[in-house]
Amino acid sequence: MTPDWQPLLLTFKLASVTTLILLCIGVPFAWWLANTRIRLKPAVEALVSMPLVLPPSVLGFYLLLAFSPEHWFGQWLDRVAGLRLAFSFQGLVVASIIFSFPFLVHPIQAAFQNLPRSLTDAAKVLGKSNWQILMRVLLPNIKPALLSGTVLAFAHTVGEFGVVLMIGGNLPNQTRVASIAIYDEVESLNYAAANFYAGVLFVLSFLILLVVYVVNRRAPK
Amino acid sequence: MIQASIRKQLHGANGDFQLDVSLEIAEGEFVALFGPSGVGKTTLLRCIAGLEHPEQGCLVVHGESWLQTASRVNITPQQRRVGYMFQDYALFPNMTVRGNLEFALRKGADKKRVEELLELMELGELQHRKTEALSGGQKQRVALARALASEPRLLLLDEPLSALDTTIRARLQDEILQLQKHFGLTAIIVSHDVGEVYKLAQRVMVMEAGHIVQQGAPTDVFSTGQTSGKFRFTGEILAIEPMDVMFSLTVLVGNQIVRVVAMPEEAASFYPGDKVMLISKAFNPMVIKLD
Repeated sequence: MTPDWQPLLLTFKLASVTTLILLCIGVPFAWWLANTRIRLKPAVEALVSMPLVLPPSVLGFYLLLAFSPEHWFGQWLDRVAGLRLAFSFQGLVVASIIFSFPFLVHPIQAAFQNLPRSLTDAAKVLGKSNWQILMRVLLPNIKPALLSGTVLAFAHTVGEFGVVLMIGGNLPNQTRVASIAIYDEVESLNYAAANFYAGVLFVLSFLILLVVYVVNRRAPK
Repeated sequence: MIQASIRKQLHGANGDFQLDVSLEIAEGEFVALFGPSGVGKTTLLRCIAGLEHPEQGCLVVHGESWLQTASRVNITPQQRRVGYMFQDYALFPNMTVRGNLEFALRKGADKKRVEELLELMELGELQHRKTEALSGGQKQRVALARALASEPRLLLLDEPLSALDTTIRARLQDEILQLQKHFGLTAIIVSHDVGEVYKLAQRVMVMEAGHIVQQGAPTDVFSTGQTSGKFRFTGEILAIEPMDVMFSLTVLVGNQIVRVVAMPEEAASFYPGDKVMLISKAFNPMVIKLD
């Protein structure tokens, strides 16, 4: 058997793109959530946490409906941006971002909230802008949480199955990620190939988590 | 010259009350806000720094208007240029001692100021250490140096020494005073320590429930009426033990534990934890010079 690396590569491409975009929106969002005093905060927090409790197929189902060319949202996306998200790699990225959002936001939000308020106050009094405060004071002091959030989001995207199956299907090179490929190979009784994908995911997941724990243990408290 | 009048609704431990304060401070003056905790001293300081927003108020510092709620002027803390020393020091843990000072420099400021402050505060040897590893007294000195590095026009000190033991405290009080004179700063300190106020401040404002109830030179404010030869201390009863026909009370006065004798009928009315006043008269204490 010559192993087909394509599903694995696709999986890591999806996870990397997703994590990168998540970092750009998730970190400012976590900062906002940690500091906001709006009344709707519990509702926003509940919404962010939904992917933790919803069956992935539920989320996938609604996303599929929304992305479909029959739906106004899908039509609007197609008209405005020329994007067809159903059964495409871009669609997987969007779904993964939504699905992994809480895994990135939660640890970072908690870390922001645990930083003493006086650090921000002190930096303000010293004349620093919000951007400078975020980049030079807050983020450097929550590095362990940044690492955990990033890795959790990445690992979670690698491991997702239900959402991908619903909105991505099983198109080679497009949406056939490793978890789908495993399912597919088992269905066709091709256990050797399934074992290959599963083994690689198993070992890689362990290594990633190991790195997080080792690094966070070394990080000065 | 600083003119302030601040009004803000506060939610204290014993219900809501209004912070309502008007004050005037001359340039170069060192003023203390004195009073028990929870009367609005820190809030007043934070309002002056711009970290909290009063419902109503105006604040003019050295001719510049920082806050006029009537005309919706409220400049940000970043623009106010105050040096603020926080109770928990608020040093940035990701930076070294030197890093903390350099971060505080204004745009285009001369780096020599950092060297000058490191030298003045005797922090040269610690400059490359991370702040977490410092002792309380060292952290306090870094915090003071950092507050001064930003070339403030006004120095605000929020109970800066409350966590330190008495010897270090006395030395740091001297340092604060020297630096305040050296840079010719106007300074406001929040404190509930009479000794500290005596030593540092030219004027003390006594606050109670959001209001300034008394102000003047510390000697006038703290010595009630004529100075008497009586010794008077307040303390807390730690233990009451019978001793022959009398009772012995163990009382904590400041940091000292003293033992006094009480009559049985007196002792019956006391319980451990009671606040009591010890008064002694008609004797002349011995005075022994220390250090």
